[in-house]
Amino acid sequence: MAHTSVSIALTGSGGAGVMTAGQSLLDAAAKAGFYGLMGRTLGPQIRGGESAALLRLGTHPVQGTDDGYDIIVAFDWGNFARFHDEMPLNPGSVVIADPHNGAVPDVLAPSNPHVVMVPFHDLAKGIQGGRVNMVGLGLIAALIGLDQAFLIERLSRQLAGKGAEALAASKAGLEAGAGAAAAITGVAPLSAPDPARGERWSLTGNEAAGLGAIQGGVRFCAAYPITPATDVLEWLAPNLPKVGGMLVQCEDELASINMLLGASFGGTPSVTATSGPGLALMTESLGLAVASETPLVVVNVQRGGPSTGIPTKSEQSDLNIAVHGLHGDAPHVVTAPLSIGDCLFTTQWSVYLAESLQTPVIVLSDQVLGQSRAIIDRPADIAFIGRRRVPETLDASYRRYELTADGISPMALPGMEGASYTAEGLEHNPFGHPSTQTNFHEEQLAKRRRKVEGFDYGDPWAMTAGDPDADIVVLTWGSSTEPAREAMERVRAEGRRVRLVAARLIAPVPVDRLTAALEGARHVVVVEQNHSGQYCNLLRAHMDLPGTVHPLHRPGPLPLRPGEIVDHLRGL
Amino acid sequence: MDVPLEETPVYKVKSYKSDLKPIWCPGCGDFSVLSAIMRALTELQLPPHQVSLVSGIGCSSRLPAYSTLYGFHSVHGRALPVASGLKLSRPDLTVLAVGGDGDGFSIGGNHFIHACRRNVDMTYIVMDNSVYGMTKGQASPTTDPEWPGSKLTPDGPGVAAFKPLEMALSAGATFIARAFSGDPLEVARQICEGIQHPGFSFVHVLSPCVTYRPEQKTWRERVHEGFPEPTDDRREAFLRLLDDDAFSTGILYKGRTGAFQPHAEATTRAVALGDQFVI
Ligand SMILES: Cc1ncc(C[n+]2csc(CCOP(=O)(O)OP(=O)(O)O)c2C)c(N)n1
Ligand code: SF4
Repeated sequence: MAHTSVSIALTGSGGAGVMTAGQSLLDAAAKAGFYGLMGRTLGPQIRGGESAALLRLGTHPVQGTDDGYDIIVAFDWGNFARFHDEMPLNPGSVVIADPHNGAVPDVLAPSNPHVVMVPFHDLAKGIQGGRVNMVGLGLIAALIGLDQAFLIERLSRQLAGKGAEALAASKAGLEAGAGAAAAITGVAPLSAPDPARGERWSLTGNEAAGLGAIQGGVRFCAAYPITPATDVLEWLAPNLPKVGGMLVQCEDELASINMLLGASFGGTPSVTATSGPGLALMTESLGLAVASETPLVVVNVQRGGPSTGIPTKSEQSDLNIAVHGLHGDAPHVVTAPLSIGDCLFTTQWSVYLAESLQTPVIVLSDQVLGQSRAIIDRPADIAFIGRRRVPETLDASYRRYELTADGISPMALPGMEGASYTAEGLEHNPFGHPSTQTNFHEEQLAKRRRKVEGFDYGDPWAMTAGDPDADIVVLTWGSSTEPAREAMERVRAEGRRVRLVAARLIAPVPVDRLTAALEGARHVVVVEQNHSGQYCNLLRAHMDLPGTVHPLHRPGPLPLRPGEIVDHLRGL
Repeated sequence: MDVPLEETPVYKVKSYKSDLKPIWCPGCGDFSVLSAIMRALTELQLPPHQVSLVSGIGCSSRLPAYSTLYGFHSVHGRALPVASGLKLSRPDLTVLAVGGDGDGFSIGGNHFIHACRRNVDMTYIVMDNSVYGMTKGQASPTTDPEWPGSKLTPDGPGVAAFKPLEMALSAGATFIARAFSGDPLEVARQICEGIQHPGFSFVHVLSPCVTYRPEQKTWRERVHEGFPEPTDDRREAFLRLLDDDAFSTGILYKGRTGAFQPHAEATTRAVALGDQFVI
């Protein structure tokens, strides 16, 4: 029986070239018409050391990982035991290893895989300039039924300029691998991909966030590097100048966020990207953005916390600081992308929200979304472009913080004659003049809250799927959406009726929309990846959830797997 | 003054003054700095709406609201990055940053160093009174180690005073000057030159706090013209600073490094950037 998706882990220590091989496999599979996903895991060494390319290829869009891996190819075992828990095995899986590296580690024994020994190193040695990763690629392609021609096409592009021998060596490696595959039985190939298909993209969540920011109108970024957000910045740095913008590397996150305030005050939509420790440093000035009503977007690519935590691994544990981290009553917006591809939409939408509402927006992406690469259908055009309300008449009657019905006040920009004002972090009257008067404080607090809470966020507030009238609701946010969606589909395939509500808008909590979306629910399973159930707690502080609430959460570093959620749903 | 007043100036000093009444104590040095800024802008005939004035938090940082410029009263210590972001993204504007010695050298000290190195074309005016005025009289980085006037440090802060000019020079600032607020014409002259200097200009103004440091009234006698002419030689500037008693005034140093101003013409439409992801 052919599969609709297959998960493959390639592991080896530095020098084996597992990342290059993984990337080539993903690219070739994409060319062949498959969808796919590739994540990576690295040992603790800064450079070199063991690593693994973690792929999932499918005939349908795959943006989340499966419960385990069907094929593990190990060029050597290195310190495999240190990170084997990131590579659980599916039932019926096959582990392919080099006999020279000794027996398969004991940690794999409980999964009872089918073990096949392939002398990767000997096969590679037999080829002039041969490399083990090419042998591995040829073997995997043959096993899953991927036409080698797609790999050769990729490799000839990659190796262009390295001479004909390099390509010949790679081809010979692929052949040797394919030869070895002939002896392996019991691995089902992938079904053929749908021949009718449109344009496909290959991108990471961090790249998607960068693109979303620019498409939303961002032309300024100031930032300080931090894992796993740096790739957003590395993508923006060369791309912002193409649209007339710029990225400035700062001395710290205090500088980044304050440079954004300056640029945005000048009228330029601005973004920064950071992770937990950086977000913590930014909070004082996020409060200033709220009080001075200066729009900006912070893409916070979450990692394990608290403190330096686990920089290279994912977690959804910055929700609390994003929602509650500012001092004073400081209404602002927090959003979360629902998939790798959705990092584009959510970031662009967030720029639009920030500019429309003149408020900071924190986008809660995470390491798994940000650093995994997916093959997706070309994203639909997104209509949300940031537009700021500016004053119509410029004269002495201009009030920067005017009390309007919707709470949004026209914002004059430096250079506009007749409407100059001082942006103020002190509480102020509608002109922006500092004041401690009770009525001004109350009015301005109410106005800032009104604009954020009264805004019509529209359909993008959440993604819903499944059976609309099901009494079991899986309620989730951000990167937990893909495993939750897959879990829901599996349980539905067993005949259960389930629906999914995945929130893009975290704060302000859209109580009315949530109430409507949860209507009729008897069980609400709140899925997220953190230790304390931060989203569930947030919702409970704001509303009464219907039926029985089942908080389902655990921290990183391991990604949430659909199977964990399925187990829970089956028990309901 | 170096810059002659125009025959019929469009902008008068009052064009830059708002109706708000400063909250400063009578006699505070910051009044003169405010007037000096207005005077410098009048000299240069800069349209108020094309000038922006960014500050942090402190008595001195209240200054923007007293102007008709586009002001940003930010948070404590962050005037420089706010001003840098504004100038980098809006090079058409004239950007000034102002604040106190606590704001600029203590909580904002890291930004001060990096603003000096970054050399963005803007002018930073620090009103140094060697005390935290706003929080009622604690020692600042430029306070004498033996000053016993604060309840927080009754035996004096005990820490050698920060040397703003040395720090600026070491960090790479390309325009460094010092003036005394009691000589507003000199303050205005330095600000004028600073604005015209292409790069980061640092004007250190000794601006007494009459309330928490009444003894600073003697500053008038202590200041002296220590830097009659700017040098463009860093070595010479360092030597001058080694002899400085912290009361030398004048423009110390004018370097020639060009300002940092990344600039790119748009060559692509934003939506076309997605093409790079097509397989
Ligand atoms: C983060 C933060 N810490 C502390 C304060 C309290 N604070 C306000 S102004 C100030 C010092 C002001 O001194 P300086 O910058 O020298 O200005 P001056 O009032 O003397 O003009 C302090 C400590 C604050 N506003 N924010
Ligand atoms: S306390 Fe000192 S610095 Fe503050 S306004 Fe009064 S005199 Fe000026």
